[in-house]
Amino acid sequence: MDLRCVLLPGNPSCQGCPHAIGLKALSVLENPIVVVPAGCTTIIAGFNPKQSIDLPVVHVPFASAPAVACGLSKAYDNVVVWMGDGATDIGFSTLSGSAIRNDNILVVVSDNEAYMNTGIQMSGTTFWKAKTTTTPAGKREEKKDLALIMLMHRIPYVATASVGYMRDFVRKVKKASKIKGFKFIHLHSPCPPGWRFDSSKTVEVARMAVKSGAWILWEYDGSFRITGMSRMFRDKSKRIPLTEYLRVQGRFKGLTEEDVRTIEERIDEVWKLLDVLENTINKA
Amino acid sequence: MEWLKTLISRPSKGVSGKTGYWRTFKPIYDRDKCVLCYECYVYCPENCVEIVEKVVKIDYDFCKGCGICSEVCPANAIEMVKED
Repeated sequence: MDLRCVLLPGNPSCQGCPHAIGLKALSVLENPIVVVPAGCTTIIAGFNPKQSIDLPVVHVPFASAPAVACGLSKAYDNVVVWMGDGATDIGFSTLSGSAIRNDNILVVVSDNEAYMNTGIQMSGTTFWKAKTTTTPAGKREEKKDLALIMLMHRIPYVATASVGYMRDFVRKVKKASKIKGFKFIHLHSPCPPGWRFDSSKTVEVARMAVKSGAWILWEYDGSFRITGMSRMFRDKSKRIPLTEYLRVQGRFKGLTEEDVRTIEERIDEVWKLLDVLENTINKA
Repeated sequence: MEWLKTLISRPSKGVSGKTGYWRTFKPIYDRDKCVLCYECYVYCPENCVEIVEKVVKIDYDFCKGCGICSEVCPANAIEMVKED
C-alpha cells in the first residue's frame, strides 16, 4: 500500500486517535493543501513554530472552511477540507453553498459523532440514545444523515468510509481526486475517550459498526452502490448482533432491550432507503 | 518579509515532546510470528511503525502505547507488555 506518513510522530493526538489514522489517506494525493477548521485536527496539527502535519495546512474558523477552500481551488488542484462533524454543523451553510457552486474541492468529514475537542457535547450526527456531556440521559433527537444530505446537492462524488477499512477509504480518496467538482467523503471515526472504550479498540469498533450494519459504506459517482464490506452485510443474517457493537461503548451504558430494538429498526429503515437508491440511481 | 517566517509553522517531529512518556503498555514485536501484512503500519495512528528490510521497527520515543497494532495484527506478532 502506497501510504506515506502524513502526521509526524510525537503529535498531540490522544492514544488511538481515529483522525490520525484517517489523515494517512491524504498521502495518496498529489500536492494537496489541507484546510482545517477548528476541531480536534487543529490541536493535532500542533502549535507554532512546529507543526505535526507534513502538508501545507490552512487553519480557518468554523464556518469558513469550504469558502476558503473555494478560493484556494482557483489556484491549486488538490484542495482538501478536513473537518469534523462540529464544523459541519456550524458551517453547514458555506458547505452547502460550496456544493451548489460545485467548487473543485474534496471535503472529508471525519465524524466522531460529538464535539469531542470541546468536551464531548452532542452534535447533529450523534447516535440516538448516546450519552454525551450535554445529553447525560441519552440523545433524544434524531441522527442526521450527512452523506445523504450532500448526495441531494447533486454533486459528482459522495461516499461514506470508515477508519476500520483504510484500503476502502484510500480507494475512495484516490477516485475522488480524479473527479472535477465537489467531492464529499463521510468518514466514520470512533473516538476512544468520547465513546468510552479502550484506545486499542478504535479499529475494531469501526469494523464492528460496519459488521453490525450501523454504518454503511456506499459510494455515488453517477450511479449509486453499496461498496466494500457493507455489500456482504446487506443480508441481515450475516451481520453480527447490534448489541455487540453497542455494549463495547461506554456511551451506550444502560440501554434497555427496547432501545436496542428501536435502534435496530431505524438502521433497517436506512438500509431500505439505500436499497431503493441503489436500484433507482443506476446508470447501467 | 522576514517577520512572516515566525508566523508560519514548519513540520517537525515531536510537537508535543517525546510522547513515549504517555505509555502504560509497551508493544513488543515478535519477528518469528510476523507475516508482513503491513496492517500495523497502516493502522498505527502515531506513524511510529516502520518496516525496514522486512522487520517491523517501533519508535519507542513516540509510541503512545494505544495498542491498536497489537489489536489489528492477524498473527498476534505484537504483544502489549506493562511498562516497568
